[in-house]
Amino acid sequence: MHELSIAHNIVSIASAAAAEAGAEEISSVHVRIGALSGVVADALRFSFAIAAEGTPLANAELVIEETPVVVFCAQCNEEMMLPNPRLFRCPRCNQPCGQIVSGRELEIVALETP
Amino acid sequence: MNYEAKRLIEIRQGVLSKNDQLAAELRRRFHAAGVFVVNLLSSPGAGKTSLLEATMRAMLAECRVAALVGDLATDNDARRLARSGGLVRQIQTGDMCHLEADIVARHLVDWDLSAIDLLFIENVGNLVCPAGYDLGEAARVVLLSTTEGEDKPLKYPSTFATADAVLLTKIDLAEAVEFDRALAEENIRAVNPRAPIVATSARRAGGLDDWMAWLRKQMRNHRRDVDVTGS
Repeated sequence: MHELSIAHNIVSIASAAAAEAGAEEISSVHVRIGALSGVVADALRFSFAIAAEGTPLANAELVIEETPVVVFCAQCNEEMMLPNPRLFRCPRCNQPCGQIVSGRELEIVALETP
Repeated sequence: MNYEAKRLIEIRQGVLSKNDQLAAELRRRFHAAGVFVVNLLSSPGAGKTSLLEATMRAMLAECRVAALVGDLATDNDARRLARSGGLVRQIQTGDMCHLEADIVARHLVDWDLSAIDLLFIENVGNLVCPAGYDLGEAARVVLLSTTEGEDKPLKYPSTFATADAVLLTKIDLAEAVEFDRALAEENIRAVNPRAPIVATSARRAGGLDDWMAWLRKQMRNHRRDVDVTGS
């Protein structure tokens, strides 16, 4: 259950940002999770509701944008989005590509107030 | 009440940015002290402790080895590892399913890093949670035992994709459990085309030779790197 500790981190970073911006209540929290972040969106939503209790985020919706894995294909000399995070092959030339450009991210993007 | 007041507050910050900062700090300290740090990841029962005990015993003949051992509740692993003669410290993680950089830093405070050449961090047995937490290591090594399913790499791509090396452990049992090595390697390659795959046996004589050769090579490269940057 490491989604709960991730959720606590989100709440703590978001609460600090809300306080700094002088916002008393937050209606939504936008996060971005990569296909290789090891975080399950549903588990994170569930944990967020618990972690947000008693904070300015208590009624906030967690809006999750799931992002794909992007690798660099040396053959095509180009960054390629992987249609399947379990197959690290260039979708164009089918060469194995292990150079991960993105897909591990776990980021708070923004907050919205009501 | 101003109904126009709906606002967007931009943050753009990594959820684990605090951990990443601490890990970067640790990496600088390890680098400055010339310690090569290996973060060992696997599912429970894949043989991390047996591999580590045998590796520490063998590597102690040529360098100064230490280990930090993450375990949920017991100190069994640390006691086993201490038999190797290396410097060992237990990290009791309680309910945590992974190690974080600040836990590692706390357990290192009274160690003289310059008296260590090779430091192993045995993570909590778990193929999901530890993947997202940088511990400042120079190499992340993931174990897959022959007694697990060959499809583990496909089930846990976030861990296997970020490995610097993958060890096939308990290779001495391969035949008995009908381990399909070619399939396992194909699955590892599917999610990680770059990491070397090294077969090991902590029981068989010579079963760690390839793994130790890999370690020595990494340590040499790391050493050269430290000398070049002059830290």
